[in-house]
Order: sequence, then C-alpha cells, then structure tokens
Amino acid sequence: MGTYLLRRVLSLVVSLALASVVIFAVVEIAPGDPARFMLGVNAQPDTVAALRAELGLDQGKVARYLAWVGGMLSGDFGTSYTYRTPVAQMVADRLQVSLPLAGYALVLSVLIALPAGIYAAARRGRPGDVAVMGATQLGIAIPNFWFAMMLVLIFAIRLRWFNAGGFAGWDAGLWAGLHALTLPAIALALPQAAILARVMRSALLDVLGEDFMRTARAKGLTRGQALRRHGLRNALIPVLTIIGLQFSFLLAGGIIIEQVFYLPGLGRLIFQAISARDLIVVESVVMLLVFAVIVVNFAVDLAYVAVDPRLRARS
Amino acid sequence: MTRPHLTLALTLAASLGAGAALAQSTITIAQQLEPPHLDPTSAAAQAIDQVVYANIFEGLTRFQGDGSITPALAKSWTISDDGLTYTFTLQDGVTFHDGSVMDAEDVKFSLDRARAEDSTNAQKALYAGITDVSVIDPQTVAVTLAEPNGSLLFNLAWGDAVIVAPESIGDIKTAPIGTGPYTFTNWVQGDRIELSRNPDYWGAAPALDSATFKFISDPTAAFAAVMAEDVDVFTGFPAPENLVQFDADPRFQVLVGSTEGETILSTNNQQPPFDNPLVRQALAHAIDRQAIIDGAMFGYGTPIGTHFAPHNPAYVDLTGQSAYDPDKARALLAEAGLAEGFETTLHLPPPSYARRGGEIIAAQLAQVGITAEIINVEWAQWLETVFRGKDFGLTIVSHTEPMDIGIYARPDYYFQYDNPDFQALMATLTATTDEAERSALLAQAQQMIADDYVNGYLFQLAQLSVAKAGVEGLWENAPTAATDLSAIRWAK
Repeated sequence: MGTYLLRRVLSLVVSLALASVVIFAVVEIAPGDPARFMLGVNAQPDTVAALRAELGLDQGKVARYLAWVGGMLSGDFGTSYTYRTPVAQMVADRLQVSLPLAGYALVLSVLIALPAGIYAAARRGRPGDVAVMGATQLGIAIPNFWFAMMLVLIFAIRLRWFNAGGFAGWDAGLWAGLHALTLPAIALALPQAAILARVMRSALLDVLGEDFMRTARAKGLTRGQALRRHGLRNALIPVLTIIGLQFSFLLAGGIIIEQVFYLPGLGRLIFQAISARDLIVVESVVMLLVFAVIVVNFAVDLAYVAVDPRLRARS
Repeated sequence: MTRPHLTLALTLAASLGAGAALAQSTITIAQQLEPPHLDPTSAAAQAIDQVVYANIFEGLTRFQGDGSITPALAKSWTISDDGLTYTFTLQDGVTFHDGSVMDAEDVKFSLDRARAEDSTNAQKALYAGITDVSVIDPQTVAVTLAEPNGSLLFNLAWGDAVIVAPESIGDIKTAPIGTGPYTFTNWVQGDRIELSRNPDYWGAAPALDSATFKFISDPTAAFAAVMAEDVDVFTGFPAPENLVQFDADPRFQVLVGSTEGETILSTNNQQPPFDNPLVRQALAHAIDRQAIIDGAMFGYGTPIGTHFAPHNPAYVDLTGQSAYDPDKARALLAEAGLAEGFETTLHLPPPSYARRGGEIIAAQLAQVGITAEIINVEWAQWLETVFRGKDFGLTIVSHTEPMDIGIYARPDYYFQYDNPDFQALMATLTATTDEAERSALLAQAQQMIADDYVNGYLFQLAQLSVAKAGVEGLWENAPTAATDLSAIRWAK
C-alpha cells in the first residue's frame, strides 16, 4: 500500500511538472506580444519596450518560466498583464459563476436523465422507450449554442421571463443568481442529459440480464422491487463515472454558452486572455484546470484502492 | 416625500411598466469590448475611452460630439507669436474625486508622465514635441514646444492626455480618480462597470444619477440583450444586419453616424509586385467599394478615395480617381507585365468589416486575375506578423485614430510608403497653425497618397448605435472613442 501511494504521488508530481512545461511552451510559441496588443498601432518602439520591461517580458523565457513555477509553488499565480489584477483573485471571481453554473447544469442533467433512462429501460422496445431514445438522439444532435439562442428567443425576448444574459452576482441574492443562471444551465444540461439517459438505460439493461437479478426475482421480489434494490445500485457505477467526467467538462467547457449569455465565467476569461495574449492568465488558469483534473484522478485512484480489494492485493 | 407620487404619475402616464420609475435617472449602456483596465493614458484600447473619456477623466481640451475641440479643464489659453508657447488658464474650483484640488502641478505631472522616457503612453509620439511644461501659478501652466504644432490643442483632447493626480497613479488601472462628472463605483470584471454622478463636479451637473456599462461581445447576444430590453443603449452595435429590424420597432431608435475609422485594403508597398505603382493602381480599380459596403456592412459606410474622414471639412472626394473598372485594372496589370495575374496573401483580422469584406475583395480581385489567399488572424497575430513583421501582401484594417494621415510620413509604418515629398508636406503641416493653410495642405496630402495609390481606400466605418426610444443626447458620430454620459438624458 505504501509503495503504491508513493508511486501515485510521484506520478502526480511528474504529470504536473510536464504539464507546466507544455503549457508554457505552447502559450509562448503562439505569435503575439501582450505589450504590443495593449499599445496598439500608434505606439513607438520605445514605448512598447518600456511596457515590456514593466511587465517583466524583457527577461528570458527560462527565467520567466522559473519565476512562474516558483510563484505557483508559493501560491502566487502572477498578475494579469492587461487587467493588472492577481490571477488568483480573477479565478476566484470567475469560479463564483462557473462552479454554480456547472453544478446547476449537472443537477438538471441528472434530474432529467436518470428517470428518463430508467423509464426507457423498464419499457425496453415499447413506444415509451422509443420516444425517450428518439428525444435523446435529438438532444445529442442539437448544438447547445443554437439551443441557447432558441431559449433566449422564447423565454427572454418573447415571454420576458428571463434576462437575455448577464449575471448580477450573488450579492443580489440566491434567487436572482439562480434565475440568471437558469437558461444557461438548461442549455448546458440538455446534451449532457441526453448522453446520461442513454448510459443509464444501457447500464440498467446490462444489469437486468445478470444472474443475481434472476435470483432476486426467484426469491419473490417483484420486478420493480428487484430493479430498485439490486438493479439500480449496480447500474449506477458507470453512470457515476460519466457524471464525474461531465462535471469537469461543464466547468471548463462552458465557453460558448458563456459567450451567448455573456456570463463572466472561467471560459470567457480564458477566451479573452488568449485574444489579448495575457499569457500569464492563460498559463495559470490552464495549469489550475490541469491540477484539478490530475488531483481528481488521483483521488479516484485512491478510492479504487479503498473499494476494490483486488487492487490492494496486487500492490 | 412627493417624489414617489410624481414618478408614479409619470409611470402611469407613460404606461411603461415597473422599470420606468428607475429608468429616469439611470441608464445601462452596452458595448462590445470590456476595457482591459481603466487608465486611458497607458493603453490603446478604445474600450477604455468608451467608459472613462469625459466621464471620469478630462483633459485640458476635449472633443465634442460634432468633432469640434472645446476648452475643458483649461478655461482659456494664449499662444505666443512664434507658436512655441501655449499658456493655459485652468478652470477654478476643480477637485479630483478623492477631494484633492486639481491645479497646475497636476497638469505638469500628467503631461510630463505622457512624454517621459519610460512612458507607456500609446500616443507618446503626439506629445514628443513638448520640451517643457512649467507651472506659472496654481491656475496657470505653460507648455513649450520644440517646433510650432498646429495640432497641439487637438492632441491634448485625446484620452491619452487626460489630467491625472500623482497620488492616484498606483491604483489608476482598477480605481481611477479623475475630475469628471462621474465617479467610478464598481467593476465586476467580465460583466459590468458602474459609475455614479460626482456631486462636486465643477461644471454643469449631468442629468443621470448613475450609469452601468455592460460588455457583450457576441453579435447574437447583443441582439438578444437589446430585444429583451436588458440594456438601454448599445453603442457600436456589432450586427448591422439587425438594424433594419430595430428601426422598424417603435421601442427603439437606430443611430447611424460616422467614425474616424478609414477602412482600407492595406498594401505592402515594398513587397513585389506591389512596389510597382501600376499594380497598386490596378488593385484600386479592381475594387467595387459599394459592393463591399453593401455585402459586408449591409449598406452602412461612406466610400472614401483617400485616407481621410469624409465628415472633416478639409476632406476631398477622390473616389472617382479609383472608380471600379475591372477592364482598366486588367490593362494596368498587363502594362506592368502581369497579364497572367499573380498570387498574394490577404490577412484578415477578426472584425466583420475585414472578414466579410475580405471574402468580397478576394472575389473581386479574382476577376482581374489576382489570386488572394485569405489568412484569418487574431489581432495579436495581426500585430505580430502584419504590423510588426510586415510579412503580408494585403490586409484589411480600419485605422480608427482621428486625423492619422501622418502615418503615411513614416516609411517604417507597416504598409511602408516612402515618399520624401509627402514627409516634407507633413512637416510643413505640423508647423502650420493657420486653419485655411492647413486645409490646403491636407487637401494636397490626400491627393498625393491617392495619386500614388498607396492603399486601396474602401469606406469610412459607420458608427452604429441602438437605443430605447426615450434616450436623448447620444453621440451620433464618434470623433473619438467616448460615451459622453453628461449629454445623455431620458425624454420626459
């Protein structure tokens, strides 16, 4: 167990170090100079040089890489070139939108998908199943930005139930915040729910064919009782794996939806930072996302060991 | 407490619903881009000036909506006979938003900061001719120049020359302190900036108590935000195709004005075959401006034949000199020995005038045998490869700085036009202060670059804004990037 843990920690550290090199290299290779971007077409070369010096861009790439990594190790993610605000604070601000939005979308997705998947599995091959499967096919096929525009058209412009976009902040109250995030959350949730419903259905159908299900029925449980007590629990394992994947996707992948609803989220921050060549913001935010994914994977690895005795025995 | 009754009555009378009572004293203005920070003296981003110019910060002089230059923090000035010394008398009783007094020392600090060795002012070149700024007394400051400069009062009106307080420089990018009619209250990055009325403003009190700027970059989202009435005004509306719909809707008004943006097919004058004037002339005749304006801008934009704004009194209409004539273009190419045509690159930055316009231009060039390979680039890439690296054949860009014909006197400028006659002409212009003489020189300059077919001159970019029907006082034109809040009010 000890050596297994050590190996996992070592691989975690190596992964992060490699990721930092790759991120820094890719961002630095992209053509474009943040100082030139900020000063525009009329700036004199000496003015650009002065700003580059102010931002520390006149130092060599290696020195800047070491300064960046060194800063992160001590919890300092640098200061944005353009906004002149600490990156850590910007990320914290943006997470106040992106995290609840991802969570909201995930809850909606689960609330729609699980009942739909169970219903379809229980009525396999019958019209109810066909209808649910048809709907999920449509849900996967519809691009979420188009769906978002349709939501805006109907609920914001025609019915005026919601604003077309924007986020007033949680200071305005929990209800106002949730209200502002409802349309984006629905737009994000729909394709995820469609995928999840299909996973739920097929996982449940797999389990229904297992021997222990027949045993459960043989013990005298009704079809519904067997499904609830033995079927669902076993079928939930692949579903939970997908939910985990979806959450990290929703957190980082909401860029387009954030554009459509002009929400001040993490995706839009990265988008703006890339176009302004705010290199330090791009590097630090991407590094944080990588860190989050690697740490979650690490935690999952540890959880496997805790759950599955066979893994423990092998190490 | 009679006020609620009054507002209630107004609300009922106008039957505008619950939001109207609030709407009388505040406004929500959307624009496409968010400012990177709020210091207009250390960045070129127009989005900064759109929020702060004439609202938070003021200069010695200022632009009015019609493009004229009027006194601002300088009440009056005298110019020495040799044209080298400008003595400004400052307004009385001006204070910064932090309560400190604005005096000649602050003016000296601001102008010295802009022209300093380590200055990060994007328009530093405009103030490079100043040799000395001296404080005569707290209300009087003298600016001395190396050579007479007829544009000084104009240059001082730019957002890059606003007066800032030395003690507020440290936080100016996130907590700007100026002298203007509005104070900065809040910035939720990525979403909005809020301003509120400065109760101690030295000039006339503005009508609105507060204003919120929102940033909506996506054209579809911009349309939705206006339609859903989430915003009261959208300045620089990004989707010209939607304007017809707003115009037909009684809830909205559409404002079509002009900007200082000369949109040009910029040509690398040093790269063969564009170093041959015949080829550049052929290029000019191969372009159908009206088709580009109609196709890319849905009809909004004024054709130009030189690098000059049509609304300027000194403008000369030279569009006839480069009229659409593909046969002539083909003949000119043949004369240049390129009857078979040639291949080149066309770099297109993100704005729709470039991306949409570029497709149309490429098709028009193909008609005369020129194959233009379209390369879509981001702004940062454009600045690096095209502007700095000069590694391009053609590109489309709108030059939005006001009165920027002087860029043709810089042989190292990215399109690399090197004509000593033009450079001498610009030097004469700078030293000339008489308005009539200046106009004559400007006309000469416009003619010279049109004769040399330096670039393909397409159209003056239109300023397109949408507002709710009751909003009054919005600038129709954009002589500089600004949203002058003190001019805006709600119709009673």
